[in-house]
Parts: sequence; structure tokens; C-alpha cells
Amino acid sequence: MAEARRIRPFAVRHLPGFPTMALICFVCLYAPIITLVMFSFNESMSMSQWGGFSWRWYVAAWENERVQQASLLSLIVATCASLIATTVATAAALGTTRTRRYRGLTGIYVLINQPLMVPEIVTGVALLIVFAMVKVWTGYTGIGYLILAHTAFCIPFAYLPIRARLESMDATLEAAAADLYATPWMAFRRVTLPLLWPGILAGGMLAFVISLDDVVITEFVKSGGQDTLPTYMLSQIRRIVTPEMNAISTVFLAISIALVTIFFLLSRGKKQ
Amino acid sequence: MYRACEGVGKLQATVTQVQPGERAAARLGTGQGAVAIALKGVSKVFGSGADAFKAVDDVSVDIRQNEFFTLLGPSGCGKTTLLRLIAGFEHPTSGEIRLKGKDISPLPPFDRPVNTVFQSYALFPHMTVAQNIAFGLEMLRRPKSEVQETVDRMLKLVRMEQLANRRTSQISGGQQQRVALARALAPQPEVLLLDEPLSALDYKLRKEMQIELKRLQSETGITFIFVTHDQEEALTMSDRIAVMSEGNILQIGSPREIYDHPAQRFVADFIGESNFLKAEVVRPLDPGAEIRLPSGATLTAGVPEGMRPAGSVTVVVRPEHARVVADPAAGALRGRLTNIVYFGTDTHYHVELPQDGEFIVRMQNQRGSEASFETGDEVGIEIGDGAPQVLKD
Repeated sequence: MAEARRIRPFAVRHLPGFPTMALICFVCLYAPIITLVMFSFNESMSMSQWGGFSWRWYVAAWENERVQQASLLSLIVATCASLIATTVATAAALGTTRTRRYRGLTGIYVLINQPLMVPEIVTGVALLIVFAMVKVWTGYTGIGYLILAHTAFCIPFAYLPIRARLESMDATLEAAAADLYATPWMAFRRVTLPLLWPGILAGGMLAFVISLDDVVITEFVKSGGQDTLPTYMLSQIRRIVTPEMNAISTVFLAISIALVTIFFLLSRGKKQ
Repeated sequence: MYRACEGVGKLQATVTQVQPGERAAARLGTGQGAVAIALKGVSKVFGSGADAFKAVDDVSVDIRQNEFFTLLGPSGCGKTTLLRLIAGFEHPTSGEIRLKGKDISPLPPFDRPVNTVFQSYALFPHMTVAQNIAFGLEMLRRPKSEVQETVDRMLKLVRMEQLANRRTSQISGGQQQRVALARALAPQPEVLLLDEPLSALDYKLRKEMQIELKRLQSETGITFIFVTHDQEEALTMSDRIAVMSEGNILQIGSPREIYDHPAQRFVADFIGESNFLKAEVVRPLDPGAEIRLPSGATLTAGVPEGMRPAGSVTVVVRPEHARVVADPAAGALRGRLTNIVYFGTDTHYHVELPQDGEFIVRMQNQRGSEASFETGDEVGIEIGDGAPQVLKD
């Protein structure tokens, strides 16, 4: 036994203090979230004293007209942005994997993934300036700007899972389809697309979640009176903190967890 | 047999003894048989400049209708590239590919009446066995009833009726192979291309599929172009074999011609086992030539078509075309036995020759005739007249 212990390979798990470190990390990550969820069910107004269980704040949030409007805007923007981003990302993924390697392909990867690297605040300011000019020219102040901005930063999130799926897919299948008289479009529709579908769904969902909880860029791009759920919450919290925010956050959390779980299951399914 | 050749169409019963390659010829009443695919000066270069690589180098060949034609060669010899050129996945750098006289080289794969059985099978994983087989017919917009009927016929042909509604991931490798075949045969292509389709199967299954493939070919009457690096597979299945090396076809012929009369050293070496000997041409004969071995023995030898041998040449002798004899003076060659390897059906004798190195003789083991040779013995090697074959290089 002693012999076996000595030759055990290096593993971070066996370093002294590892369990303590892990515990601290988990507590830091989840304790605030648990507190937040807990107090969303608080009967009293207090954020620190427990006054008994109640759905009161959920009802209040549900009946709050501004919350309703903000939620609707969030959903519209997230839906439109993730749909457009996923379509564009699918085309981009096909264009970067289903071709012979060409010069500048790496450059294109970097270009597509750029929004992951550029600080959001920079994108926000840049869009603010450009859209301000466009607004002056056209006079249009609708939600188009928000959708456009969200689409832009959602593309890489949709692109990555789709490309991963395409790369793990045997390109011989498409050759086989072509060999069996399928035109490029038919081969795409009957072979590539059905096999790519889990990747597209995963990419779309990821884009949706990312769009849903964006604050920084939305804050810069939104026109007066427009508020998505996160920016509405931010403006509320500046004035008064009520457990209503906790309730909204908890619902938000639940939706995100559900989507991320589905995303995880879908991307795991591709490896089989 | 000859009568059948004269009259087109009245040859049913008589052709059974004819070689399959000749059968097509007989049916058409010509000596050569109609050409299904003709390659004319086809070259394929990958890359450009200093990186350019000539995968196929000026290949010309006529492949006849209803022929089982094999491209045989080591990996990297260009045989798969040639197949991909015919399928349309690659386009030739120069030259023409004619299908029944029509140049198809500019056409995309989906416009060619040619189907492929891929090495990896490439079955569509999101479809059932039946859907896979139906795919080509659906792409050709055949009526539903015809598709259904053909799929049923194909399932029956490859004996997969029971598994029609299975997913392709739920069937074994051998069954996947059959589905891949049925899928490629269903649209009734002019030519079926097979890219090392048996290499993923184990030995026993491979033997079964070899017979199965021959059966399918004769039942469907479709021209098969088969790519393999396995010489045994090529010899047992083909009507004709083209041996390839470095993008060139070195020799085309029936398995028997290729094996018994290899024209070049590479062909002799790649197919079967060979002994190479130096020899002098004494005089040309018709056919063949008389040669003298360094030991002084004179023999008649086969000569490749179109070659007029003279001076010193290399000849090949197959191990089973020679015999070891106890009396060193009795054979055409003499040497010392260095190794005896027992193989069950036969025994290999390794004989060290004074001039030409090692010579291997293969003799069949028969009951009661256990030879009494021992390593170290001085022995003679008997070579029959006509057994040596003169090589071009």
C-alpha cells in the first residue's frame, strides 16, 4: 500500500488544503445566490431579516407593469438576436469548415470571435456613437438598434458550438450524398442540417441566454424609455432595494439554468 | 462458345463456362466488349509550385462494361485518387474521362451515373437502413412506388430484409457494408466504384463479402471498379487488374497474366512471392525467348508483350514453379539450404545461391512424401521450361 501511494501520479486533488480551497470557492460562488433566492420568498420587506415564507414578491413583480414591459422587450430582443445570430453563425461555420483551407482562414476565426475579446464597454461606446449618427440621419429610434447590437455580440457564442459539431461530423457523408445525386442544397437539407441540428440548437440557446442578461451594451444602445429586464433592475436597485428584485432574479436564474442544462445535454449528445 | 460469340443474344446456356470478362464481350458480339469508362491521358496534380504532387500521372485505360476491374497498388500509388476522379470528387488537371463516350470530367458528382461504396461506408446515421437505400432514388425524383419497390429488391439482394427499419448505428460492420452496397446499387449506376470496401472487416467476413461482391456483380450486370492494396483480394475477384505505382499504371491484365507474366519487377514483387535472377538472352523464340542462367543452364522464358529482349535481363521465377532436388548437379541452379519453413499445406525452402542471393522454393506437402532435406545440405533447384518470365526492367 505504502508503495502504491508513493508512485501515485501528481494530482491536484491530493495537495494539502485542496478541499478547503474548493469549499471556499463554492461558498463564494453560491452563498450569495442562495441568499438571494431565499430572500425572494421573504414575507417582510427586509433584506436581512426573515419574516416568514411568502410568494408576495413574485406576485408583485408579475403585476408590475414596467416589469412586464421590460420582460417583453428582453424576450423580443433575445429571440430576434439569437435567431439572426444563429443563422449567421451557421453560415459562418459552414464557410470556415466545409471548404479547403485557404489563406486568411485563421484571420477569419479571429474576426468572428472578436466580440469575445473586445471589452463590452468598448463595443457599447462604439455602438452608441454609430447609432447616434444613424438616429440623426434616419430619425428611427425603435428596438432595431438593440436587436442589431445583441446579434453582433451573440454571433461568436452561437458560432462555437456549431463549428465544433461540424468539425466532429464526417465530411464523407456529404460526399456520399453528392455521389447519390443530391445537389449541394439537397445534401445540405437532407444530410448536413439534420446532423447539425443539435449544434444549431445549442448555439441558439447560448446566444439567447447571453442576450437575455446583457447589461453593459444594452445600457449604451437603448433609446430613452426602452428597458430590458436587466437594465430595468439596475435602475430600480439604484433607488430602492426590495425583495421584488430577488424574485425577478430568481426567475431569471431558473430560466438560465434550464437553458444551460439543455445546452449541456445537447452538446454531450453529439459525442455519441 | 464460339457460336455464341457470332450471334448476339443467343448465348444463354453456353456462356456459363466463359470467363466473366469475355461474357460481356460475347454479349455484344465484339472482341473487346463495349467500353464503359475510358480514361485518356488523365493526370491529377495536387498543390502547386515546389509542393506540387502528381498523384495520377497520364493514365489511359479502357474499362469494359460488366467488368470487375481492380486498381491494385500500395498506399499512395494514386488508385484512390483515380477513383475519386471517376466519381467526380476531384477533377483532372489534364486528360479526359469518358463514360460511354461522353466526357464527364467537368461534371459534379451528382450529375454522374456513377456510385461509390466508401471505405468508411459513410451511411447516413440519422436514417434507417431503408431510408439510406432510398436516398439516391429520392434524389433522382423517382416515383414513390418505384422507390419502395427498388428498396425492397435491394434489401433482398443483400439479404437485409429483417433490418430495414434499424438505425445504421444498430447493425454490425458486415451489415453496414451490405447497406452501403445496396445504397450504391439502388439507383442502378453505370459504374460502381468500391474504395477498399472490405478493409474494415475481419478475415472471415472479408472472405464472405468477396464472394458476395462477385455474386452482386454478376446479378446486376454493373461495371465494378474496385480499389484495393490486397493482392489476394485482387487475384480472386477481378476480371482484370491494373497494377499501379507512383501514379502510373504499370500493367493491366487478367489475374493469371499479372501473376504468371509480370512485365516489371515492381509488379512481380508486389503480387505474390518472387525470385529474381540475372540471365542472358540466347535467342528469341516465338513466343518467348531462350535464356541462359549464370549457372550455365538454358531455359525457355516468357517475354512481356511488345518487348524484344536481348543481352542481359532479369527474370522472375515464382517459388512454386521450382523444385528442390537432392542432387546438386540435377537442377538448373545449385546452392545451400539455409532454412526450411513449414506452412501446413506447403513448405518453403530457402536456398542460398552463389551469385543471386536467396532463392525461395515452395513445395506442396503430400502424405508419405516428407522430403528428407536438412539445412546445410547442398541441393539443386529444378526450374521447368517456360517458368521464368523476362522483366522489362
